[in-house]
Amino acid sequence: MIPFNFQYSKPQTIQEAVRQFYEYNRENKKAFYFSGGTELITLGRLNLVYADAVIDLKGIHEYSSIFFYENYLVIGGGATLTAIEEANVFPLLGKTASEIADRTSRNKITIGGNICGQIFYREAILPLLISDCLLGISEAGGIVYQPIHKIFNKQIHLKEGEFIFSILIDKMYVTMPFVSIKRRKQWDVGYPLVTVAAIKKENLIRMAVSGVCPFPFRSLEMEKALNEKGLPVEERVETALRSMPGPVLSDVEGSAEYRLFVLKNTMIDAIGELEGERGV
Amino acid sequence: MKEVSNNPLCSFLLVVNSEENVVTVRPADTLLYALRIHLGLTGSKPGCLNGDCGACTVLVDGTPMKSCLMLAVEGEEKAITTIEGLKNTPIQKAFVKHFAFQCGYCTPGFIMNCHALVHTEKDADETVIKDWLESNICRCTGYKEIREAVISVLHKLKKNE
Repeated sequence: MIPFNFQYSKPQTIQEAVRQFYEYNRENKKAFYFSGGTELITLGRLNLVYADAVIDLKGIHEYSSIFFYENYLVIGGGATLTAIEEANVFPLLGKTASEIADRTSRNKITIGGNICGQIFYREAILPLLISDCLLGISEAGGIVYQPIHKIFNKQIHLKEGEFIFSILIDKMYVTMPFVSIKRRKQWDVGYPLVTVAAIKKENLIRMAVSGVCPFPFRSLEMEKALNEKGLPVEERVETALRSMPGPVLSDVEGSAEYRLFVLKNTMIDAIGELEGERGV
Repeated sequence: MKEVSNNPLCSFLLVVNSEENVVTVRPADTLLYALRIHLGLTGSKPGCLNGDCGACTVLVDGTPMKSCLMLAVEGEEKAITTIEGLKNTPIQKAFVKHFAFQCGYCTPGFIMNCHALVHTEKDADETVIKDWLESNICRCTGYKEIREAVISVLHKLKKNE
């Protein structure tokens, strides 16, 4: 049971949602945008998240839509991970999303909620980082589109009252060769040790990683090392691993040393799959 | 804009097993809590209350949902089906025939998920079945029999096509 009370509303437009957020703010109430809501419900139960007011975004038209518009694949922040997997319009994202939590939970978890969540895995962001997507951010004046790299640094940085309404992915990325690998300590369900998502664009590998540091990341420095094609793959990966962007996690899922061992082998596998045996 | 509540309690219509019920709950109450405490539908089981075990699974507009991961107010204008809403369905018969339960605590959640599976994925292969069944946990580890029950229904449905 969630041990605190909150007000609940379900606005039907972006403007109503944002206006309501600011109204709650003026009343010194902590407002919480609610998409799939799994994080509020699970962490709220443990008193790790608190809200005076919950603004359910699922009533907003097109918030959960998935469609192509001009040069972009548009995915609403409220699209569930199952919907994204079943739409199969961006196979890399579909594959990565299909490994998060379990099927029934994915019927509830939304992509907006996953990438903005507190959990450090946030694997749905990996394909978005390597496809240089745009984020449609709802604010008082409407929707503002920003490159993900301007908004994401270890986590999504939004101003108060903003939320991710949509994600725009350039069509050229949805058909590129890709690989998505999730490695767990054991079994097929549960949190990962390492998740790697990669694509090959103009013969260069782009790679993003989750589960190794306390945040998902894409590192251009690591990519530079991975694309030194004159060198053996193992050497490229070892050089890349010297540029980790943060401390390596050491917890019940695996020690830092083990995580790095698994990451190294996962990167080698990913490169092997994208470049083939000839390494091109 | 629909403002459900400004105070600790709100009332709304919840359609469960084709019956309309006006429920009065806190907006912070989960669907599982409303079903069990307000409507007395105790077939949906509280397990982990954290979205991990699947014992509380119900169908929302035909889609399996963990009712501990859903607010009751989110259920307004949806068709909710609980284990009490299934009567002599092929999957229930198959669970009995294949002894697909031991202590039985996880059974309602498994049946709701498997019922949706056989109706949604009529051509389900091993990968699809595994993907769906991973959503539920059986502490008695009766997975083999549950899988066999699902496969038997899929075969039966295919034969009847």
